[in-house]
Amino acid sequence: MTGGLGGIWLMVRRSLRQHAMSTAITCVSISLATGLTISVFSITRQTRDAFTGGPVGFDAVLGARGSQLQLVLNTIFHLDASPGLIPWTMYEEIRRDPRVELAIPYCVGDNYRGFRIVGTTEEVFTRFEYQAGRRFAVQAARSDAAGPSPTTAPSRGPRFFDARRAEAVIGSFVAQQSGLKFGDTFNPYHGTVFSEGEKHAEKYVVVGVLEPTNSPSDRVIWIPIEGVFRMSGHVLRGTGREFAAEAGREIADEHKEVNAVMIKLRSPQLGMQLEQQINKQGKVATLAWPIGKSMAELFDRIGWVTKVLTLVAYLVIVVAAASITASVYNTINERRREFAILRSLGARRRTVFSAVVLESATIATIGSLAGLAVYVGIFAAAAGIIRRQTGVVLALGPYDAALVLVPAGMIAIGALAGLLPAWKAYATDVATNLAPLS
Amino acid sequence: MLALELTNLRKTFVAPDGQRVPVVDVPEFRIDAAQQLALEGSSGSGKTTLLNLIAGILSPDSGRVLVAGIDLTGSSEPQRDRLRARHVGYVFQTFNLLQGYTALENVLLAMAFGRGVDRAYAGHLLERVGLGHRVHYRPRQLSIGQQQRVAVARALANHPTLVLADEPTGNLDLRHAHEALGLIRDICREQRAALLLVSHDRSVLAEFEVVRKMNSVNLAALTLAAQSAGGVA
Repeated sequence: MTGGLGGIWLMVRRSLRQHAMSTAITCVSISLATGLTISVFSITRQTRDAFTGGPVGFDAVLGARGSQLQLVLNTIFHLDASPGLIPWTMYEEIRRDPRVELAIPYCVGDNYRGFRIVGTTEEVFTRFEYQAGRRFAVQAARSDAAGPSPTTAPSRGPRFFDARRAEAVIGSFVAQQSGLKFGDTFNPYHGTVFSEGEKHAEKYVVVGVLEPTNSPSDRVIWIPIEGVFRMSGHVLRGTGREFAAEAGREIADEHKEVNAVMIKLRSPQLGMQLEQQINKQGKVATLAWPIGKSMAELFDRIGWVTKVLTLVAYLVIVVAAASITASVYNTINERRREFAILRSLGARRRTVFSAVVLESATIATIGSLAGLAVYVGIFAAAAGIIRRQTGVVLALGPYDAALVLVPAGMIAIGALAGLLPAWKAYATDVATNLAPLS
Repeated sequence: MLALELTNLRKTFVAPDGQRVPVVDVPEFRIDAAQQLALEGSSGSGKTTLLNLIAGILSPDSGRVLVAGIDLTGSSEPQRDRLRARHVGYVFQTFNLLQGYTALENVLLAMAFGRGVDRAYAGHLLERVGLGHRVHYRPRQLSIGQQQRVAVARALANHPTLVLADEPTGNLDLRHAHEALGLIRDICREQRAALLLVSHDRSVLAEFEVVRKMNSVNLAALTLAAQSAGGVA
């Protein structure tokens, strides 16, 4: 029946209002600390998950002898340079292997305005699932667009490329960023980095724009693998001697080379055998298997970055907690008489103590809630950068424990930060502080 | 039942020269329920210390304080706080209103620590002291006389057994002092609260039926007076 709670809450509200300026500044510092810490935890975890455990339609990647990580980065994430080439025969061999369900060759080395061009087979559209049960699909032609110019318009509607023609299918991000659309033509540029002077003579027509997949594939331009072999200036060295394709004449398989073969196994466990065979016994090629393992190794290698970021976040929290202590502590001296009056009205020492602790916790609570908004801001910025650089899409949606734990921790730390000023308020002597006039 | 009973109450302070100086020495003092009594005493007669002992803000060196029959001296500090909140209303010379809070909130806070918040009664009290139209004003927005009336309403917030008034009219001019005194006395009578008022103002003391000199109640007052006189000489 003491009804102290209502009184304490009123004391807290009045005090926060009377010191509105320092309350606001402290809240801002808390919100930045909270937002930053949630971001570090959430973005680190999500990035790792997206790269290592993300749904990938392949079990393994076969490529030139070298780094598995480089192979994975180059083929799955379309980053980094290709480690080299392997002969076409090796692709044919693995394609016929009874353990392999699907093998798709990749030829890379060209770009259009920075977007990588991958030469491959139609199977990438017809058989490959970029996510369990999901295949690439072309978007219907937009009726509001000006429409393809009559001279270049593909005879049929949007579709996948014809392996014998100079046709391209582009990812949704490519379409959005480059402005290319159904029916447009473009010239590929040599190399993986865009350079104005490296223009190839061939013209490709966009026959399809893919639906967004929220994966690195959105940043890719797909063309028939034959197109890469025949691109002007490209030289094939499958036999050890240089060979340049001639228009209208078949290219013998012995000349052909590919950068990588994407492999889907009949059963994931078969990868172990295949890995043994290619990596341990063979000497010419590398099999990246399992794909997630290579990426996990990458994250382990850059783990110290995460540790430093986490440490910085913790330090920022400590600084924010100290700012609560400082701002509340500063008000205690001027409030001594107020505490004495409250005590004379019957407030107990512990009531005054609780009010100051609650005040600190309230500042931390307001700051933490604002911190969630700061997090959304940081997340949007970081996700934008990660998407532009890698095509990996981070989603704000999924629940992350950090969203609850960090604000809850901040509120607890805020309450702890109030202990020192609360102790000072607790120790206020009533008789000596009642006397003077205001 | 007695509103207040003091027995052999003693309190000393340590002077700068290290000597213990008796400030309060009350062999016996009583106030009946709902009785109104004035103590005539100037500053330096130990009056504020005596009132703080009665309110349980200070602890005596020895002796007993009974408020509404409850022994303060045998109680812990939280118990004394609780007792003060429920049984004692305190009107200070400097009012001691909470500056950041409205008139209504000043009364409500006293209730929150006492018998619980009763908004209707808080409103009624402020109405009663003539501030029904000023409940949401802060002390700074009120005149001195109005601030005093908020202090009176606040002192009565928990239906106290005993109201202590320390020079309650000391900061008011003659006309307002007379009004304020009348209000305190009337409202205590209505609420059946006993009133112990300390003042050196003869016009204030003249209104009370029972007036006692501080010297006769607090034996230490004589030595205190002698000391301060000696100090001046």
